[in-house]
Amino acid sequence: MTHASGADARPASAPTRRAIYEARQRRRSNTVATLSTLAAVAALVIAIPLTPGWNDVQHAFFDGPTFRKSFGKFLGVFWYDIQIFLWCAPCIVVLGLLIAFARNVRSPALYPLKLFATLYTDIVRGVPVVLWILLLGFGVPGLFQTREWYSRAIVWASFALVMTYSAYVSEVFRAGIESIHESQRAAARSLGLSAGQTMRHVVLPQAIRRVVPPLMNDFVSLQKDVALVSFVGPVEVLRRAGIETARDFNYTHYVVAAVLFLCLSVPLTRITDWMLARERRRMSGTSVR
Amino acid sequence: MRRLMIAAVTGTLLLAACGSDSSTEDAGVAGGASDDPKACADGKTLKDGVLTIATGEPAFPPYVVNDATPEDGQGFESAVAMAVAREMGFEGDAVTWTRTTFDGAIAPGPKDFDFNLQQYTITPERTEAVTFSDGYYTAAQAVIGLADADVGTDVRKMRLGVAAGTTSLTYAEETIKPEQAVSVYNDNAAAKAALDAKQIDAIVADLPTALYLAAVEFENATVFGQIEGSGTDEFGLLMAKDNPLVSCVNGALKKLKDSGELDKITVEWMSEWTEAPVLSLG
Repeated sequence: MTHASGADARPASAPTRRAIYEARQRRRSNTVATLSTLAAVAALVIAIPLTPGWNDVQHAFFDGPTFRKSFGKFLGVFWYDIQIFLWCAPCIVVLGLLIAFARNVRSPALYPLKLFATLYTDIVRGVPVVLWILLLGFGVPGLFQTREWYSRAIVWASFALVMTYSAYVSEVFRAGIESIHESQRAAARSLGLSAGQTMRHVVLPQAIRRVVPPLMNDFVSLQKDVALVSFVGPVEVLRRAGIETARDFNYTHYVVAAVLFLCLSVPLTRITDWMLARERRRMSGTSVR
Repeated sequence: MRRLMIAAVTGTLLLAACGSDSSTEDAGVAGGASDDPKACADGKTLKDGVLTIATGEPAFPPYVVNDATPEDGQGFESAVAMAVAREMGFEGDAVTWTRTTFDGAIAPGPKDFDFNLQQYTITPERTEAVTFSDGYYTAAQAVIGLADADVGTDVRKMRLGVAAGTTSLTYAEETIKPEQAVSVYNDNAAAKAALDAKQIDAIVADLPTALYLAAVEFENATVFGQIEGSGTDEFGLLMAKDNPLVSCVNGALKKLKDSGELDKITVEWMSEWTEAPVLSLG
């Protein structure tokens, strides 16, 4: 350092004045960010317990022993939520893709298909998920009047989830398919690929890559809506939390359920963000800081 | 079950003991009962000179016969509430009724009622969050199903459904312990939809509710029976935690019990809704 100091004798690897300035600025903004975060957290930690009802609220929502007791108990129940998610998600992707195809058909003879797909997305998305779950979960088993697997409330409640989410997801797929420039189709067709081959080998691979981040967004949302199947009888984690709350009038059980949902949705959201950033880098080549 | 009951009784006794120990506070202690509920209630209500009573929305018979006008005293809980109010010196316009959801009644924070009655069962766990008066009724648990169903008589083998938030659910899960998991619904209407769709064989509810549902609300339903030894659920008036009014309410309830009026009210409104064959859990 001492030997090579001075502007004239600067070796090639030494930081430029600009780099030094930028590093200082970065340090400064890091310090400010850290301090302001600490101040905000400290204000919350100090201010909230000063409110007159804090003791009651703390006991009702953040009771340590209750939390520990129900956390262990709820883990097994939460597995049921995950299972429902796991069997719904693949069905949603397949059905969503099929509907997106149907909305994209260009042959006049297949117009009824296109009409059906349009009506499907309109109607299915226009009704709250809970209503579909209630209508199908109670209604369809009522038709069959049996207890075979195809007449269980949980099956039809899952079906309602698949139905509504596939309508949303199909719109995402459609947006992806339509975002692929017309020239790509033209080029593929002029190479002799059929319409189907063009879709399968040229349009879809690009479209799906482009829509994965918004798709993940829908799945984060699905992961939470799984709790709605409890409306037709199955006891999953949100219902279990409600039951425990009714038993001892302590809301900590709901906080436990919220924490469990967060354990799943935060990583999912982080992955989505990461994928979005990667996609942006790929699309723009460089990025401006 | 017995251990649970002993725990419950011990819990109540402990609470009562704690109550009598702290002699510095003459009122506001769970378990105490004032000798003069009229003088006691003065200045302790939400609004001065007015008693605010809450119940569910909708309230249903036999507990509240006219959902629109619970203040007419028609129905068991209406009659009990109005009698308690009268003992505490509130009559006519001095009594107002309000409605709460189940959750709204138990959330922390200020309450917008003096007491709330909608078949709240007194349990030691719940007393951590709210204050209950002494009990005013003891209900058995009953099983209700479709009249033409062929489900046998073994309750444990039935697929059971229960309305969320009730102690019938606790009873079904911890005492009946059926072979298949209990299904839980938002309310008895949803449970009936599941019954009609053959998702469940029977609904568990407290006996008067079950009899009323079978007779009036549900088509083609019947009460299979009340469960032997299940009559341990004691209903209490729910109040905000440590509400000093509780000793006045308990004093009023004690007067009603001693004078035989509570029995009279119970017979008048409930006798029609307590007759059912007895089922043994075996």
